[in-house]
Amino acid sequence: MTDSPLLAVDNLRIDIGGGKERHAAVEDVSFSIARGETFGLVGESGCGKSITALSIMGLLRHPLSLGSGSSIVLDGQPIHNASAAEMRSLRGRRIGMIFQEPMTALNPLSPVGRQIAEMFVLHMGMGWKEATERAVDSLRQVRVPSPERRVHDYPHQLSGGMRQRVMIAIALACSPDMLIADEPTTALDVTVQAEIVDLMRDLCAEKGTAILMISHDLGLVAQVCRRVAVMYAGRIVEQRASAEVFKDPRHPYTRGLLASLPRLGARSQHGRQRLNEISGVVPAVSAFPRGCRFNPRCGARTDICTIEDPQTTPLDGGQGLVRCHHA
Amino acid sequence: MPEVMDKTLLSVEDLKVHYEVGGRFGTRIGAKTLRAVDGVTLDVKPGECLGLVGESGCGKSTLALAIMGLVTPTSGRINVAGQEIGKSHKPDREAMARTVQMVFQDPYASLNPRQTVHRTLADPLRLHGVDNKTEVEHRVAEMLAKVGLRPEHAGRYPHEFSGGQRQRIGIARALILGPRLVICDEPVSALDVSIRAQIINLLLDLKDQLNLAYIMISHDLGVVEHMSDRVAVMYLGRLVETGQWKEIFENPRHPYTRALIASIPDPFLPATLASQKARGEIASALNPPPGCHFHPRCPMKQDRCVGEAPALRTMGSGHDAACHFA
Repeated sequence: MTDSPLLAVDNLRIDIGGGKERHAAVEDVSFSIARGETFGLVGESGCGKSITALSIMGLLRHPLSLGSGSSIVLDGQPIHNASAAEMRSLRGRRIGMIFQEPMTALNPLSPVGRQIAEMFVLHMGMGWKEATERAVDSLRQVRVPSPERRVHDYPHQLSGGMRQRVMIAIALACSPDMLIADEPTTALDVTVQAEIVDLMRDLCAEKGTAILMISHDLGLVAQVCRRVAVMYAGRIVEQRASAEVFKDPRHPYTRGLLASLPRLGARSQHGRQRLNEISGVVPAVSAFPRGCRFNPRCGARTDICTIEDPQTTPLDGGQGLVRCHHA
Repeated sequence: MPEVMDKTLLSVEDLKVHYEVGGRFGTRIGAKTLRAVDGVTLDVKPGECLGLVGESGCGKSTLALAIMGLVTPTSGRINVAGQEIGKSHKPDREAMARTVQMVFQDPYASLNPRQTVHRTLADPLRLHGVDNKTEVEHRVAEMLAKVGLRPEHAGRYPHEFSGGQRQRIGIARALILGPRLVICDEPVSALDVSIRAQIINLLLDLKDQLNLAYIMISHDLGVVEHMSDRVAVMYLGRLVETGQWKEIFENPRHPYTRALIASIPDPFLPATLASQKARGEIASALNPPPGCHFHPRCPMKQDRCVGEAPALRTMGSGHDAACHFA
């Protein structure tokens, strides 16, 4: 059992709408995460990264639904067809979650200590008194100053960074096997972002918790995650070790993304170069192009790209893959 | 106009914008003073891009509003191309609109959903006395072409455009009256990553074509480094460091500037920088720490920093920093 991955997502498809109006927002997505591993999903808005995370947590709701043939296996146990009650017991206990905007994810009417203690009561059968004491410890672990006082605070009394620390405390309360972090720092300032990311990474490394991080920021993901998958229009287009993606991106989309961002220090080294533009826009789910989904925006496009869907090609001795006719 | 080239276009001197907040029942009992901008001095030359950097709550947006003439300064003075704005000087709104314009962060919220692009661009012209119909048409078409939109886009409504195109409309609206200074408030942070380069390139092209000056407000230091000629770093209402872009990024002197640079998630950032991260979060402007505002988060803090606020000191060649130990 120790050799099998903690999470295996295979051939995932997520449909949006039904009947004639049904479109696959995510298609043919497969990846696996080992115990304690850090894995990132990167892509722009609408590429399907967030709904991929929702599907793992069993939180897809109308009009989204899991397509047939999709398989999600957590620790050897298929969870794509688990009942609502089974998923409820998994969420929080075995899979923790952090969302983008802590103010909307926390309950504004409940003190943060209670929201943390709830995890111990629901999932570990503790009494409220003991659970509240444990909540203080949890807050201390996420480095909230004077946690004995802070447990009584309501979310609105905390700053954005402190709220996100509370979210992390809740997510990691039951020492889950995996933490799913969906744009955990997008709402925060850069200096606070750096602290929160360090905290998340350190705590998970300590507890042996695997991380699935979702972000549009390739740099941020590469800093946290050992491996990364780049998504475009509902598909994984490149999946490799983070260092490789940065050193030698193989898919034209990944290459374009990296070249389009002004990197700090680039102007000092090479003077001001005109930024490389990716022309066009991200296609809508209802209008994914035929063939390779990136082809209308791709500089390396040939005839085959507009006709035939590219299959994945292994990279780095089978450690990575890319989905492009010309990679 | 070579004689105006070396004159400053904008000069801000010891600007303070304070708000009274929290007074009871409309009185000032129990009111506190929020020092949103607290003694800022800076200038911008024609055709120059000044990058303005700082975290939320540092006062950069209030500073922008004051320069636009949209909030009244508590003290200090602002001069925009000869127009004086101050406590007792109500600016001439029409003349201001022809000199300073703004590009906003969110192109979804900053365009009127009930107006066609044509109307969004033509209205300011008519309000400013261009009533010849052919000239209006000509100038609208010319502006659309400049920002990379097609003539047939003029008849469409904002919802028909993508985020990047909407930001192009926002830029066209800012430029239609031919301003000399454009304040860009986070112009790319609401856009998809693959679209940002298009807008950054467009802004830089227009700057060269039209000899525009920009105040580029952004938290993305990569973008600021790429676009700016000079950079000003703000913290809790005060400037903590200003200088040429190269100086700021290659030789940052204030610990806050270093912390900002160290916070950038880039796997190729030198490891030496990583140790210079700041701790904790920005304090409230209602209750700023005494002395140097940054001291509770500063890795270099000494006793002096708590008692005494550092003034901006020159570090050589137009590079100033406000730190006792810079």
